[in-house]
Amino acid sequence: MLEIPVLRWGKSYESIEKQEVVHFESGETLARVHQANGGLIQMDMRHCWRARNALREIPIRKLIDMAAKAGDLYLNAKLPLGNGTQTPEEFCTMQSATTGLPEHMCANNMKKNFFVLSHMEQILDALTRGLPLEILTNGYGTESRGIMLSYQANSPVLGMVLPSNSPGVHTLWMPVIPMQIGLVLKPGPQEPWTPYRMAEAFFQAGVPREAISIYPGGPDVGAAVISHCERTMIFGGLPTVERYHGNPRVQVHGPGFSKFIFGDDEVDNWEKYLDLMVDSVLINSGRSCISCSGIWASRHGREIADAIARRIGPVAPLPMKDPTAALAAFTVPGQADAISAEIDEGVKLPGVTEVTEKYRNGPRLVKRERCDYLRPTVLHCTSSEHAISKAEYMFPFVTVVDCPQNKMLASMGQTLVCSAITKDPQLSRALLDAPFIDRLNIGPVKTIALNWLQPHEGNIVDFLFRARAFQNSPPPAH
Amino acid sequence: MSTISPALAAKVQQARSQLDAHVCETIAWHFHPSTGCPFWLEKVKTLGFDPIKDIKCFADLQKFPEFEDEWLRGGPVSRWIPQGLKGKPVYVFETGGTTGIPKSRVQIEDFRIDYEMFSHTLPDEHFPKGSNWLMLGPSGPRRLRLAVEHLAQYRGGICFCVDLDPRWVIKLIKRGNIKEMEAYRDHVIDQAVTILSAGHDIKCMFTTPKLLEALAMKLMEQGSSIQQSGITGIFSGGTEFTPQWYRFAMEELLDGVYMTPTYGNTLMGLACGKPFDPADNYKITYYAPQPRAVIEVVDFKDYHRLVEYGQTGRVKLTTLTRETFIPGFMERDEGERELPFEKYPWDGISGTRPFHEIAKATTVGVY
Repeated sequence: MLEIPVLRWGKSYESIEKQEVVHFESGETLARVHQANGGLIQMDMRHCWRARNALREIPIRKLIDMAAKAGDLYLNAKLPLGNGTQTPEEFCTMQSATTGLPEHMCANNMKKNFFVLSHMEQILDALTRGLPLEILTNGYGTESRGIMLSYQANSPVLGMVLPSNSPGVHTLWMPVIPMQIGLVLKPGPQEPWTPYRMAEAFFQAGVPREAISIYPGGPDVGAAVISHCERTMIFGGLPTVERYHGNPRVQVHGPGFSKFIFGDDEVDNWEKYLDLMVDSVLINSGRSCISCSGIWASRHGREIADAIARRIGPVAPLPMKDPTAALAAFTVPGQADAISAEIDEGVKLPGVTEVTEKYRNGPRLVKRERCDYLRPTVLHCTSSEHAISKAEYMFPFVTVVDCPQNKMLASMGQTLVCSAITKDPQLSRALLDAPFIDRLNIGPVKTIALNWLQPHEGNIVDFLFRARAFQNSPPPAH
Repeated sequence: MSTISPALAAKVQQARSQLDAHVCETIAWHFHPSTGCPFWLEKVKTLGFDPIKDIKCFADLQKFPEFEDEWLRGGPVSRWIPQGLKGKPVYVFETGGTTGIPKSRVQIEDFRIDYEMFSHTLPDEHFPKGSNWLMLGPSGPRRLRLAVEHLAQYRGGICFCVDLDPRWVIKLIKRGNIKEMEAYRDHVIDQAVTILSAGHDIKCMFTTPKLLEALAMKLMEQGSSIQQSGITGIFSGGTEFTPQWYRFAMEELLDGVYMTPTYGNTLMGLACGKPFDPADNYKITYYAPQPRAVIEVVDFKDYHRLVEYGQTGRVKLTTLTRETFIPGFMERDEGERELPFEKYPWDGISGTRPFHEIAKATTVGVY
């Protein structure tokens, strides 16, 4: 049996409490993951500066090279995992078996992580706006324009309370080690695989072991990470987002409510963008905050909904190993039932129609012995007043909402990625000025097509470092 | 039972006989019109059997219907005072109560008796007689403060107390007001640190796992430790006292200070932990203070059926004192049934944790 211990600043710690990670299809126990208790974290955080100090011993340029090497090892090598080893193929199988994501999607997520790790120099250059990286190490320095700059680390480590259901999010913490900040990871109960594999890849690439801790465990462990790390990134639903809203120590990543919107100038050409919309809804089984969950247009809503439904409605569950499998399984009992029931309630409202039903040849909810599936669902809403028009779920689900252009921005609400199909300068200006839109694409860009050189839900450099004044000589007379 | 020695089997049998006799005495007291309490004297009319005639042993208590939580809520609490104890000074203690009406239990001497019995299980080298105590935990409507204070006095010491209101903490957690919760915890810990530093010669302490952790960390921050503060013995308890936490505390927090786990509540009294044995790998097994209280580990679907040894079930509690008779109260916890043991020749329970069906709705480990 694979035993995966707690990792305390790189050292294995065998806990008395262990949780079995089970294959959702076969019921086979894949590993026993040792569980931390909250006190371990508080105890270890007393030494958190050792992580940053150890990393500062290594120049950032060298850490960037190590990140690239780690990326290669993560993607291609057989790496130690607990008391055993794990090949990339085994990684995909295990991740799929516990998260319900088809194996080819797990493989794609590996490639994403690899891409980020192997392009770290460009990513840091973009995220720091060309800052000489030594400034992050030394705390101050002079940039090419001859101006003194100072950046101070807000925390020697970044805490991460990671989700179980979305392996794609791991790209967010890849730049942390190269910025000489340590990592304190609390994996999602069903997804211990990426944190452990990535940590091992970093170690093998030369990153000091004392730079990374991994604490699997229950809610008390997540709370301890948030409480004892000066900066923490967490993932959760709307209540979590609301709880930590405005807390400068915590960056919350919640539902995205990502959208496509059509300007009146382009909406009559909607068919040209059908592939973009379908991919934005369906890819990665819709299980991402950047997956499209709303398409807003002033006219042709019913036709757009019908065209998308015709394409994605027939998509049905396939075995996890099938390279064409497009649907992820729900491995938490009751979750799919609850979502499906909520949608059924939503479509009872006048003006809300489920368009996929006629193309699906079967129910939305597919129940299996140890998991459930939700088949793609497209709703057409004649008004943005319906609560369901702004819903987001963890499967390919999209609402096509009829909304006049002049009311769109007032109605659309918080939006992580907005892909706007328009050439209208006034609408473009309004979108650029809208503070509730995080990532803005003006033009034919899929919501899921991220450019890693752009910040995501806040710039991680700004989260981890603060710009401040520093002088080591008197300022010019004034 | 095949894995216990004949000598232990004999002890188990003897304890069972004592329990059966104690049950008969308790029933005779609680259902006699001159000594019983109004609640049972009224309830007996609906039972369909005569407890005094029909209950001859512990197993016969199954004839009683499942004890309902609601019977313990609200007033008048005098319905629970046995006629035979009328006129004695009465305490009322509460459990739960974050929302709605809490469950309550009246007591006269029980808390003292329970903690005197517990006192005899404490090793004197770690809990020196005559030394002073710190009670760091919930007081208010709970019996814990008075009970620990009595324990200290019974052992010849004086008890210093720092209060924590768990109902307020639960409210803060439910509101998501973590900052204020932490500020309150710090306020409590600051008081404890002050008392420990004030020259009161405190050697013994009761506290909860969360507070012990916070106190130890605070002392470490100050360059001190639990051991350096003078503490030599701690008892602590609750479902937060897990084997992993026990090990963590022993290896990293306590620096050799002795600690013993306990499991208890207002209804039961105090179950003792099996003494620490490295061979147990920090497994914590509790034994109820029989015959005054009995813990059974029963099937989740059939509360009349004990699970096999080593199997998991829900905690069923029976209280059998002169002050209180509560047959078959279904606790909010579950655990594994454990074999009898030399010191406690009756069933034990290990792995106590919140009952899985209600665990999600329960806020545990707040203090």
